[in-house]
Amino acid sequence: MGTDMSTFTSLDARASSSVSPAPVPRRRRRPAFIRHIGLTVFALFVLYPLIWLVISSFRPAHLILSDTSIIPDRMTVENYRSGWTALNRPFWVFFANSLIVALGAIVGNIFSCSLTSYALARLHFRMRNIYFGIVLVSVMLPMHVMIIPQYILFSKLGLVNTFVPLVLPKFLATDAFFIFLMVQFIRGIPRELDQAAMLDGAGPFKTFFYIILPLMTPALVTTTIFTFIWTWNDFFTPLIYLTKVQIMTVPIALRTMVDAESTLGIGELLAMSVLSLVPIMLFFAFAQKYLVRGIATTGLK
Amino acid sequence: MTSALAAPKRTGGYHLARQGKAAHVFLVPWLVGFLGITTIPMLASLYLAFTNYNVLAEPNFIGPANFIRIAGDERFWHSVRVTLLYVLFGVPLQLGFALFLALILDKGIRGLTLYRSAFYLPSLLGGSVAIAILWREIFGQDGLVDKFLGLFGIHASSWLQNPDTALWTLILLHVWTFGSPMIIFLAGLRQIPDDLYESARVDGATTLQQFRSITIPLLTPIILFNLVLQTIGAFQSFTQAAVVSGGTGGPVDSTLFYTLYLYQQGFVNFDMGYASALAWVLLVFIGILTAIQFALSKYWVFYGD
Repeated sequence: MGTDMSTFTSLDARASSSVSPAPVPRRRRRPAFIRHIGLTVFALFVLYPLIWLVISSFRPAHLILSDTSIIPDRMTVENYRSGWTALNRPFWVFFANSLIVALGAIVGNIFSCSLTSYALARLHFRMRNIYFGIVLVSVMLPMHVMIIPQYILFSKLGLVNTFVPLVLPKFLATDAFFIFLMVQFIRGIPRELDQAAMLDGAGPFKTFFYIILPLMTPALVTTTIFTFIWTWNDFFTPLIYLTKVQIMTVPIALRTMVDAESTLGIGELLAMSVLSLVPIMLFFAFAQKYLVRGIATTGLK
Repeated sequence: MTSALAAPKRTGGYHLARQGKAAHVFLVPWLVGFLGITTIPMLASLYLAFTNYNVLAEPNFIGPANFIRIAGDERFWHSVRVTLLYVLFGVPLQLGFALFLALILDKGIRGLTLYRSAFYLPSLLGGSVAIAILWREIFGQDGLVDKFLGLFGIHASSWLQNPDTALWTLILLHVWTFGSPMIIFLAGLRQIPDDLYESARVDGATTLQQFRSITIPLLTPIILFNLVLQTIGAFQSFTQAAVVSGGTGGPVDSTLFYTLYLYQQGFVNFDMGYASALAWVLLVFIGILTAIQFALSKYWVFYGD
């Protein structure tokens, strides 16, 4: 982010020193200007719904739908106050539930995917290529061909309405995407490093913990961020497993509010929707470098 | 993927055997998950597809009856049509926007990071229930779009309650998330060596010629990658339709995505044998489609020479 802020100022500097420009920049300046106008207008168009969402959540409920503008006027926090307690439980319960699930998923993915990826990227064994092929295929496997027996299993074990069905699979490396990401990353680490450690007598476990794991921090950060965002947004799995109010995650609570919209009102709904997006926005604001890198290398969402 | 046989010789046979054992210790979580969470449930689901099962009683083997029922199920065919429309329009439009903006942003533009952030944000949020709720309000009765078009004298009341337009609001939502494929395109564009353009310029190639003979051919592997990934993802879209239609797929099943129909059969009607059959039809369909995409790719994807 920082580098581009500085190019903005250098743009101004160049514009003012246009006394002796080279012929090529002169021809290019006008298209660049038009391109900036076009991009800015398009960006505003793309972001308009989001801005409207945030502004509207602070408007008195009866004014929300009659106002298409995004100029903040007659602001109130009433929607937030009444939305917070609109369901049987205060909203912090759902945030706490979502946070538990997300943290569990993060720990699970970091643990299981780093172990798996190290074996696949560095250790030599007969089934390696076959295993890696399985990982690649399972990235594309629709969860629908497994979800019904999984549900039956977890419900027979009495684990419906607990977080176990949401978190346990992460400890078993079922998010193949992240294995792929980490394998790619480990392959980029110079082999000399772990070979030196092995020659010094370190076994695979020591090499993994003391050499590879610290070096793969960027991949672990990317995994953390994407696991958080995916788990935070996840709707299908908690919809199936979490039916009791006290155990619902934020998306399920919001869906429950939609069902009761006629009695609740749009203001509360929009206010809680905004709150539900805040954690993702924070990641977006502070960890964008890792997000962009993660998508660019693996094609994550 | 280097063959395991090509392992460095100096590690020696003893070392290799030890590594094999260690590898399987590292792989314990994955192996347990692969068997317990993936393979066995998949096989169980295949078996259930040939049974009548409602959770309460034991599964009852009925042969291919579920698949015969699917073939004659109007709502199934309807959900296939809805999903195909969604994929056929949503994915190419989304990728078209993504590619177009990546090309504009790639030409050394100032403020790239700002634009990229602005265009990427919807991709991060688009799958959430909150955004589906926003879409409900934007396209709903007296919603934002309706109000806005009202200024120009166009009155369509609710875009979501009209079966002719409801699906298109969801396609629009999909197109709105063009940011993540755009970032993949940008990364791909950066891989194209500058000297290719330079030598083309020396040879007198115009910008358009460079675009057609360098940029597009070298980008085709990335286009294929995005196409395959986004198609698979779009076929499994669920949240938006489920929230916008209130779980029904309405109005008149016009937003009945395939996975929403599967959810209704499996987890609302608890017709789990039938839902399993639906899941396997989806898997086979996605598998065939992906195979076709890869097979056709040799006619248009450029893998260098």
